[in-house]
Amino acid sequence: MNLQQASRKRRNRGYRLAAGLAALLVCMGADGSWLRHVPASYRRKTNPYAGQADAIAAGRRLFLDHCAQCHQRDAMGKGKRPSLRSAFVQHATDGELFWVLRNGILSRGMPSWSMLPEPERWQIIAYVKSLGPVTRPSEHETSAANARFSAASRWRD
Amino acid sequence: MPARYFWPVVALLVVSAVPGAVAQEPPYFVTYSHALEEPGNLEISMKNAVASPKYGNTFAGGALELEYGATAWWTSEFYLSGQTTANDSTVFTGFRWENRFRPLFREHFINPVLYVEYENLNEADRSLLEVVGHDSIADYRIPNALGRQVTERSLETKLILSSNVRGWNISENFISEKDLNESDPAEFGYAVGVSRPLALAAGPRPCLFCRENFVAAVEVYGGLGDTNGFGWRATSQYLGPIIAFSVPGGPTIAFSPNFGLNDNSLGVLYRFSVSYEVQQIFGRFHRFFR
Repeated sequence: MNLQQASRKRRNRGYRLAAGLAALLVCMGADGSWLRHVPASYRRKTNPYAGQADAIAAGRRLFLDHCAQCHQRDAMGKGKRPSLRSAFVQHATDGELFWVLRNGILSRGMPSWSMLPEPERWQIIAYVKSLGPVTRPSEHETSAANARFSAASRWRD
Repeated sequence: MPARYFWPVVALLVVSAVPGAVAQEPPYFVTYSHALEEPGNLEISMKNAVASPKYGNTFAGGALELEYGATAWWTSEFYLSGQTTANDSTVFTGFRWENRFRPLFREHFINPVLYVEYENLNEADRSLLEVVGHDSIADYRIPNALGRQVTERSLETKLILSSNVRGWNISENFISEKDLNESDPAEFGYAVGVSRPLALAAGPRPCLFCRENFVAAVEVYGGLGDTNGFGWRATSQYLGPIIAFSVPGGPTIAFSPNFGLNDNSLGVLYRFSVSYEVQQIFGRFHRFFR
């Protein structure tokens, strides 16, 4: 093997390593995996504003200002931006959601909201939790329903 | 409509046509914190500095800033700079392109951000977005015709360290700048800022002049000489309190009188900025053309 081949082999190994690291980063941030990283001290935190009507109203204003741009005004998410009314999010503890707001999931596009004062972050969580879970039909069910609708339309025409 | 009103009116219409948001960045003029622009958002900002140097003409420097959140860990900014000097002229002074990266993906007690900027500015620039090297009041007495003949292409790097503690933000920046044209020594500078919102919790009802819409801050910045002479001597230093007001769903306005701390500094430098964040800018275009 000459010097050129050896250098190419080394470069390819570098590319493979970089691709592997990138894939690892993406997998680390995949839906739900962040929950594993939440320290026990955060899981135990309780929301000082939980269930308070004023805090929920304030949380709604903050949500519309900062969160609705990605998660939509109804918090149902869109495309790669997850729904905050899924059972997964709604059943997470307040402390776990607080941890996500503080740290973000930078590899998946969720920014850190650590610049928002802590009380405002708790108010947002109080609002999100007040929405309650909504299960959205899976993509498979939606496409099947669309197919049935198209077939019915064709038959009517 | 008179021609001079055309562009301000167009800008006002564009800004009022899209809903804005209050950015979560502290209101510093020189110091950077670890807050990056949210992915997909574009912040349009106008930063101005007005001063009357001793034995010189009053000037107003301005920088139009376009800040885009490329990802949750990378923000890119583009600046266009210009200035106007009394009894002299109004000139375009150049551009800057900067990028900020968060190397650590979790929040820590101290959060580092790496900053790299390319500057193409002539010596008539008065935007004063940072102070490095042996900055002196004499630099602001150079006539525009002379200053604009010398263009500096430089690479600026910053190490940004920032912490959030109980509603307070504390940020420290260490700056180094190297002229790419000449074999000038690398120049250094620093900036330190502390800020806090006047209220930490939001109220249940929308309000305009309530404490939650105001942020107070103070920043200190100045030069640290260069590789040939490092230190505080023969360079300018400033201290400035800042007050920022965010109009709900609208722009953020900030004002700061900066006081020169030594004989090399301008006596008082008035800073004023207006910024507006457009959420999910490309999503808007996508919907518009659909």
